[in-house]
Amino acid sequence: MSVPLLAIEGLTKSYPGVVANDDVSFAIGEGEVHALLGENGAGKSTLVKAIYGLIRPDSGRMLWRGQPYAPSAPHEARASGVAMVFQHFSLFDALDVAENVALGMDNPPPIRQLAARIRKVSGDYGLPLDPGRLVGDLSAGERQRVEIIRCLLQDPQLLIMDEPTSVLTPQEVEILFRTLRQLRAEGRSILYISHKLEEIRALCEQATVLRLGKLVGSCDPRERSARELAEMMVGTSLHQPERPAHQPGEVLLEVTGLNLASGAAFGTRLKDVGLEVRAGEILGIGGVAGNGQDELLAALSGELRAPREAVRFKGEPVGQLGPMARRAMGLLCAPEERLGHAAAPDMSLTENALLTGAWREKLVAKGFIDWRGARAFAERVISRFDVRTPGPHVAARALSGGNLQKFVIGREILQRPEVLVVNQPTWGVDASAAAAIRQALMDLAQAGAAVVVISQDLDEILEIADSFAALNGGRLSAKRPVQGLSMEEIGLLLGGAEGAGDAAA
Amino acid sequence: MLRLEKRPQPSKFWNLATPVLAVVLTMIAGGLLFAALGKDPFIAIKMIFWDPLFSQQFAAYSRPQLLVKAAPLILIAVGLAVGFRAGIWNIGAEGQYIIGAICGAAVALAFFPAPGWYIFPLMVLAGAFGGWAWAMIPAILKTRFNTNEILVSLLLVYVAEKILAAMAVGRMRNPDGAGFPGSRNISQYPAASNPELIAGTGMHWGVVAAFIAVIFTYIMLHRHILGFQVQLAGQAPRAARFAGVAPARLVVLCLGFSGALAGLAGLFEVAGPARMISIDFNSYYGFTAIIVAFLGRLHPVGIVLAGFLMALTYIGGELAQFMLGLPSAAIQVFQGMLLFFLLALDVLSNYRLRLNFGEAA
Repeated sequence: MSVPLLAIEGLTKSYPGVVANDDVSFAIGEGEVHALLGENGAGKSTLVKAIYGLIRPDSGRMLWRGQPYAPSAPHEARASGVAMVFQHFSLFDALDVAENVALGMDNPPPIRQLAARIRKVSGDYGLPLDPGRLVGDLSAGERQRVEIIRCLLQDPQLLIMDEPTSVLTPQEVEILFRTLRQLRAEGRSILYISHKLEEIRALCEQATVLRLGKLVGSCDPRERSARELAEMMVGTSLHQPERPAHQPGEVLLEVTGLNLASGAAFGTRLKDVGLEVRAGEILGIGGVAGNGQDELLAALSGELRAPREAVRFKGEPVGQLGPMARRAMGLLCAPEERLGHAAAPDMSLTENALLTGAWREKLVAKGFIDWRGARAFAERVISRFDVRTPGPHVAARALSGGNLQKFVIGREILQRPEVLVVNQPTWGVDASAAAAIRQALMDLAQAGAAVVVISQDLDEILEIADSFAALNGGRLSAKRPVQGLSMEEIGLLLGGAEGAGDAAA
Repeated sequence: MLRLEKRPQPSKFWNLATPVLAVVLTMIAGGLLFAALGKDPFIAIKMIFWDPLFSQQFAAYSRPQLLVKAAPLILIAVGLAVGFRAGIWNIGAEGQYIIGAICGAAVALAFFPAPGWYIFPLMVLAGAFGGWAWAMIPAILKTRFNTNEILVSLLLVYVAEKILAAMAVGRMRNPDGAGFPGSRNISQYPAASNPELIAGTGMHWGVVAAFIAVIFTYIMLHRHILGFQVQLAGQAPRAARFAGVAPARLVVLCLGFSGALAGLAGLFEVAGPARMISIDFNSYYGFTAIIVAFLGRLHPVGIVLAGFLMALTYIGGELAQFMLGLPSAAIQVFQGMLLFFLLALDVLSNYRLRLNFGEAA
């Protein structure tokens, strides 16, 4: 067997209270697309940070083409030929593409030369990108191209990609995959981190699976089913959300002709948004982040006030009402950002239960807080939604992402909403928590509530929603039944190509 | 290598221990400062913290002063703490204190020399109103035009000082005062004075008001939904908006509350210990109260303790100036160091210090 590009032997890294990587060994061959699989908290990030020189392992060693390799900083890793595309982009909105690329380089050439090189690389690899455009005006997919091209300019031997497709439309995923296959054909290796198993089966020829910091197996993902891979990752068999057939009831939430400016810089303006959700229905709203999701949620929760008639709840105009009044009526929301928006990070779970539960759960009488009631409510959320925490006195920020998300969603569901709007309910949540949250949303709809799920995860929408609409550039497409909807159609809707075919509908 | 590591939750222990540690560090650094000035640091520190309370020579005079000085500090600091918890920074309590005193004194001077039980209560209302109205200027500018309340409230202090000077030599000047600047002596006008309620204790109506304010604020912050919203807005503004807190309403409420309490403090001072409106009536209680609020961890009970401690440094500082010839600036530096150390040490509540040698790059 030939010498692998990168061999990792017995790598261990521990943080106070947790062993993030425990004696992990695997090897990435030349020209190989290698998948790194695992739930949140399995140790994937720690492992790639060690490869990229961001952290140093406690023990174990790495070999680069047979030579000892121990980068103490990212620039050393880059010098060896390792490049990384992070899940969260580090780009400046107010600078253009070439300037952003220059900022990430160790010794950038003059901007004009760089722009020419960016144009050449983007042409060679089929990643169209204009080096003169402001990053603030780019879509998420285009921003990712900036990051990828920044890496390719370094002529890397190993490209690490952390959850690259979470922000892409299906069409953009296809473009990305073509590029990655081209890179492999040139003999470069790719370490591909994802939890989307179908993608891994389509792209990768080797997979390393981590669970709780330990290596649990390696396999060729093309020879395994997605279900087998998922069970390797989670360690138990997965419960598939399910829901009996049902008939939708009366219209509970109705939005018509909603135009609304975003409060934030580089936010998206909502343009003539209209939707209607019935009792018992789950409406999935797909779209890449930054297309108006936050604004739509804010307009429905009452954080952004809309014209009075633009939002109706059970026929009543509520556009001008604030969050408290809407909650009192039965229109509840759970925003995307768990820490800082849905929950106050430094406050206890009891206080966070009070945050939205105060009115419907009657935790406040004549302005005075019933702390015992609030604690009891928090405890009910914790036990009913299996939130792993020592108790309701713990600060929200001490919980893992999945547990806090279960708490946030559970807090709203236990208040018996008639309409529940959630944004990215399972983003960054491990597979078992995600399944629990999806099941809870389906049970809620089954019990007669109308549910709006705003999500970037199309698989999630297809799994739980009855109907689908796409949000693109602040516009919402017409609603389609999920049954019989193909990935191609969804991709076209997400790309904003609603039109000729839709006019008849 | 020294590293800071974020704690999963803020440490309760350090939250309480940092004020104590800050006081100790201030004593050490202050001692070095006094030594550099050629004074014996041990005597100076003892004179500031010990002698005002326990020395045979000074305690009889100093002890009542403790309540007199602590009351306005506590009254103002409790109001400020509510705003600070909400992330609304009223730095201009000094100005609200001055305007409150002027408004209260104006009521007294308007009625002079008529008797009447209603005059003092009216003055109290006028004092609170004056402070409230002065605080409404930054509040309205912030909610309407999004100005920075820190700058506006701070700069209004200097406006208030000019008004004070104009009053002392102008409209409020004592017509029987032979042309000297300063108003009539309000503390000698029985219907308007704020007397010592129990002889030899320093207890006056301002002390009563401070304790009522402390209890009121404690209940509001810990039992009432308004207090919850205040803290929510300070810690997580987006979550507060999601919960339904209207930021503009909170700004008006917090600035108004702290302004009214500062105005009250000014009124009790002018009708009592300060006796009259004069050019140098204000003694920077409004600024020192900021230190008191933070030293007391923005908690009403903590503020009571911090208020007494700061009052002690005032009294002891004066004593040290008088007995040891320490410059007054040295005492102000000493008080400022307290806030400095406290804010610096606050890092320990949220972070853990770690020494490690293995990973030094």
